[in-house]
Amino acid sequence: MKAFIFTEKMKLSDLLSVNHHLILMIPRFGIEFGFGEKNVKEICEKYNVSTSFFLLVCNVYTYDDYLPDKKALLATDMRSLIPFLSASHDYYLNERLQFIESYLFKIADNCESKYGDTLKRFFSGYKQKVVDHFEYEEKTVFPYIDALQMGKPSKSYNINQFQSIHSNIEDELNDLTNILIKYLPCNLMTKERVMILNEIFHLSDDLNKHSLIEEKILIPYVEFLEKDNI
Amino acid sequence: MSKSYKIIVVESSPLLVAGLKHMLSGHLSYDVVAVLESTEKLHDKLISLKPDIIIINPLLIDYTKRFMLKSMLLKTPPVVCIALVNAYVEPAVLKQYHGIIGLEDGKQKIEAKLREALQNDHRNEQKDNYELSDRERDVLIAVAKGKMNKEIADQLHISIHTVISHRKNISRKTGIKSVSGLTVYALLNNMIDEREVK
Repeated sequence: MKAFIFTEKMKLSDLLSVNHHLILMIPRFGIEFGFGEKNVKEICEKYNVSTSFFLLVCNVYTYDDYLPDKKALLATDMRSLIPFLSASHDYYLNERLQFIESYLFKIADNCESKYGDTLKRFFSGYKQKVVDHFEYEEKTVFPYIDALQMGKPSKSYNINQFQSIHSNIEDELNDLTNILIKYLPCNLMTKERVMILNEIFHLSDDLNKHSLIEEKILIPYVEFLEKDNI
Repeated sequence: MSKSYKIIVVESSPLLVAGLKHMLSGHLSYDVVAVLESTEKLHDKLISLKPDIIIINPLLIDYTKRFMLKSMLLKTPPVVCIALVNAYVEPAVLKQYHGIIGLEDGKQKIEAKLREALQNDHRNEQKDNYELSDRERDVLIAVAKGKMNKEIADQLHISIHTVISHRKNISRKTGIKSVSGLTVYALLNNMIDEREVK
């Protein structure tokens, strides 16, 4: 779908009506609602966000097979990349997973205790895995990229190390949906199950795009910076 | 003496039919019992002749039914279906067949493909079954207890390769991929006890 992609002259409110999932991106860029008829460029400038990167994210989140080619990637101002990814991590961990956990534990408390405990243990294990995954990125990868962007390459680290250990945090979510749909025996709690399943599907979609940005945008971009700094 | 397999050929080109019959003649295992120019009488013939194999040009099947080979053959005795392809046929259509013969295939290749399709026949039946087999249960229980592939292979006296293939089937059937997810599955289905989980 290259036929139609978002551009800086479009009204931000129009972008959101094309794809309402983009409302999630607004706070991650520190933009506030109530932006009236302003176009994308005007708003990005007001909030000191890179317009080209903002559009890149909106396009990736809206058009399934949209990925920038190398030329477009190099033409993008990436100063908002790391703040955006960090804000996304914070949102996943402190909002979405928190919400899923509270409902899941409600369901678990209503099950026979040996099933309930299993479910809780599974989710806590998963959450820890996500925390570790994000922490590694925040403490090792992002500072490395920050330094690189300022022209200070590291001798001991390079992005290939990240590429080789970048783990998948979506499998368990998918497993959880199957467990809730097919296998968890306790009756009732239908309302909670629907809520939580809905929530997981949204989060999975979001995480998919997030990994796409890390793997197809962040990694190639950093590889380019590394070459540039040698 | 080995069994002889009855074959029905469904193809409208006399050239292809004659060629195919020629390729199969002189081979004791295969016996072409009927040739049909269209699918019109196929259903009746399947019931009256009970063939082991049909070799059919997928394009002769009405396009609305082309994707539903299985349901077309639902009320007839089970039969191995081979596609005879002489023009472009969509991959999704071909996927339904047990084997595919193309115009380039020679005598030996055709025989090999028929043999393979006859052998695969039973495996295909099992693929529709979403119950775990006994062996898959054994592997699942070991995985849930935190065992590595190598340990499972040693314990069950099978190769690592076989363990991996069982694990793939388990994930396909249950929809669960992660080890922790499989542990939950095993516990929920009372296949293991809580105390056995590391």
